[in-house]
Amino acid sequence: MALRIGCAAAPGQARENKTGSWRVFRPVFDHDKCTSCGMCQLVCPEGCILTGDKQFNPDYDFCKGCGLCAQECPAKAITMETEEK
Amino acid sequence: MADRTLELVDSGHRACGGCGPAFAARLILKGAGERSIVCASTGCMEVFSTPYPQTAWKVPWIHSLFQNTAAVASGVEAALKRQGRDEHVLCICGDGATFDIGILCISGAFERGHNITYICYDNEAYMNTGIQRSGATPFDASTTTSPAGKKSFGNSRPKKDMPQILAAHGAPYVATCSIAYPNDVIKKVERAVNTDGPCYIQIHTPCCTGWGFDGSKTIDLGKLAIETGLWVNYEIVNGKIEKAKKVKRKPVEEYLRVQKRFAHLFKPSVNTEEIAKIQAIADANAEKFGIDLKI
Amino acid sequence: MKAILEGSHAVAEAVRLVKPEVISAYPITPQTHIVERLAEMVADGVLESEYICVDSEFSALSACLGASAAGSRVYSATSSQGLLFMAEVVFNVAGMRQPIVMSIANRAVSAPLSIWNDQQDSLCLRDSGWIQLYAEDVQETFDLHLLAYKVAEDHRILLPVFVCFDGFIISHTYEPVDIPEEKDVLAYLPPYVPFNKLDADDPLSMGMYATPEYYMEFRYEIDQAMGRALNVIKQAGKEFKEKFGRDYSELVEAYRLDDAEVAIVAMGSVCGTIKDAIDAMRAEGRKVGLLKIRAFRPFPAEDIKKALAGIRKVGVFEKNVSIGSRMKGAVGYEIKDALSDSSVQVISYVAGLGGRDIRIEDIKKMTDAIEAGNGDCFFGLREELI
Repeated sequence: MALRIGCAAAPGQARENKTGSWRVFRPVFDHDKCTSCGMCQLVCPEGCILTGDKQFNPDYDFCKGCGLCAQECPAKAITMETEEK
Repeated sequence: MADRTLELVDSGHRACGGCGPAFAARLILKGAGERSIVCASTGCMEVFSTPYPQTAWKVPWIHSLFQNTAAVASGVEAALKRQGRDEHVLCICGDGATFDIGILCISGAFERGHNITYICYDNEAYMNTGIQRSGATPFDASTTTSPAGKKSFGNSRPKKDMPQILAAHGAPYVATCSIAYPNDVIKKVERAVNTDGPCYIQIHTPCCTGWGFDGSKTIDLGKLAIETGLWVNYEIVNGKIEKAKKVKRKPVEEYLRVQKRFAHLFKPSVNTEEIAKIQAIADANAEKFGIDLKI
Repeated sequence: MKAILEGSHAVAEAVRLVKPEVISAYPITPQTHIVERLAEMVADGVLESEYICVDSEFSALSACLGASAAGSRVYSATSSQGLLFMAEVVFNVAGMRQPIVMSIANRAVSAPLSIWNDQQDSLCLRDSGWIQLYAEDVQETFDLHLLAYKVAEDHRILLPVFVCFDGFIISHTYEPVDIPEEKDVLAYLPPYVPFNKLDADDPLSMGMYATPEYYMEFRYEIDQAMGRALNVIKQAGKEFKEKFGRDYSELVEAYRLDDAEVAIVAMGSVCGTIKDAIDAMRAEGRKVGLLKIRAFRPFPAEDIKKALAGIRKVGVFEKNVSIGSRMKGAVGYEIKDALSDSSVQVISYVAGLGGRDIRIEDIKKMTDAIEAGNGDCFFGLREELI
């Protein structure tokens, strides 16, 4: 791959770096408790909590397991479990 | 109004888990929108988001040096003006780049009145190089260049008042905010980018690695800073302080105790004398900004 | 159109014709007359540029970088301390491949403080990745500005350019200058087409950092572009000759070198004095000539080798000092290297520092020293002060 002059790059390439491998704890979402408030999605520093079918789910490719979502979830619908390697 | 559902900072960046600045980056662009050009200084955010070629930025982004971001933005803005373009020009810089090394360029850009929004993500030390003291480091925080020791309680000076310095330049809109109140950050950024002239926003971004707390507590820490009066969210509109967020204040000890950078104030016993000095800073803030809720 | 213009005002005329969208500069003697005249042109609407009156040289070049990255043609000018103050940005601009053109009214570097001329300022940024052109007189100074933009903006090059001319000696001297028509300049230098650009409709991250896996290749690419500039400058010079009549198709210029045994190598305004001295010495039967270097970066080693073939002794007139080096001057080493596979003797003379006058007599004495093989020294020192 040729270098782009000026050390420049087009968007989208950070996604090649799968930060999910950093994870020690894994957020597990209890969809029955979830009130769909969206707080987890808002506060995630990775921006990796996805919405689909009114459900929020982390993208485990990128989730670093920081636990902010679990800490901030008003419904306590997210628990952090030790990642099994 | 910018589309707040857009994620303009990609996953895959290399920030620590629970990073306050990474969270701030997302919020900033939710407020500024996709028609923004970001000028970045050297620092944590630059490093975690742009190792060639893996950029995390979906908007145009430029990094030149540590201390020239406001000048680079001045040039970008002048070029856009001449070309008749409409993008928002943002600077996103850390507190070292803002309070210390970049202040010449910032002062020049604000004095000249460029239509830019300068955003400082304030994690209160040089984190990228390993937690050294900056002009934004709070009183008595232990950093690697202001370590607590037998003859020191850490950083011996209070935090520099950057918002007032920039308000004194005649900035039409200056605001402080915290990632602990995400919608407030988005709203203030949105207001700044839609205000003509140079605007300044300082975002409190707790740093789990630099301050010494668990990454899941980043927002809790931000809230505690506000609830103790050690950080105040307010706006300065055309030179007048407005809308300081009111709180039912807690003792500063509650904020200090949960961070390693203040651990020396509690070992071997609680240092009431030093903590009283920090309490006095919070009390002065409360007085100045009128943040105490009357009960 | 012919006009009698001060050097600085000639530069301003060149900038007017080039039509940069953004100008950003900070005043410093002896560059001030350029930026004052440009400010007047903007104030009168003769030049439609955004003129950013910055807080420092550091901001001046930083603002140019931002404007260039946003897709505008830009211009700046500085000297001496100003250039050193912006040194960090100087390297950065080249690495970011922004085709910025900056005038350098060459001036000595402090301490001691001196506002007068030598070439220490630009020469100490030799390794920054900027093309460096040196002009001999006001006309050449004017012309090289047009040529500089053409070379810098060429997508095979994308490197910034210093157009260097001696402070006061050129910047403050009135000479007749041929100013071309606007339409002819436009035909020579079409509107700027950026290679990379900050644009919300086509986002790009610029100035990312490079890990050890990438850094060397980026630096290699800059050096390759500089190498290509050798020919691109010549092409631009040739085209300049076709359009405007003056010949810049070579990076070096020989003066009475054909049968010379001794050659002086020099850059900038002192070449005029040296030519007069050579004429005088030739009249006395001495076989001496001049090789004027127009481009110091890229360094035209092959051209120099060709031009100096058959010369016995070469003396390099150095308006700089590389303190602590054996030869004393920085240019001499490059000449010596260019001639390394011949037996020619190359010696350096540090002269004219901090505005010290150089007269025809001095050049004659220097020629005596070259012939005697005495050099690699300061030349023209006041012995009574040492």
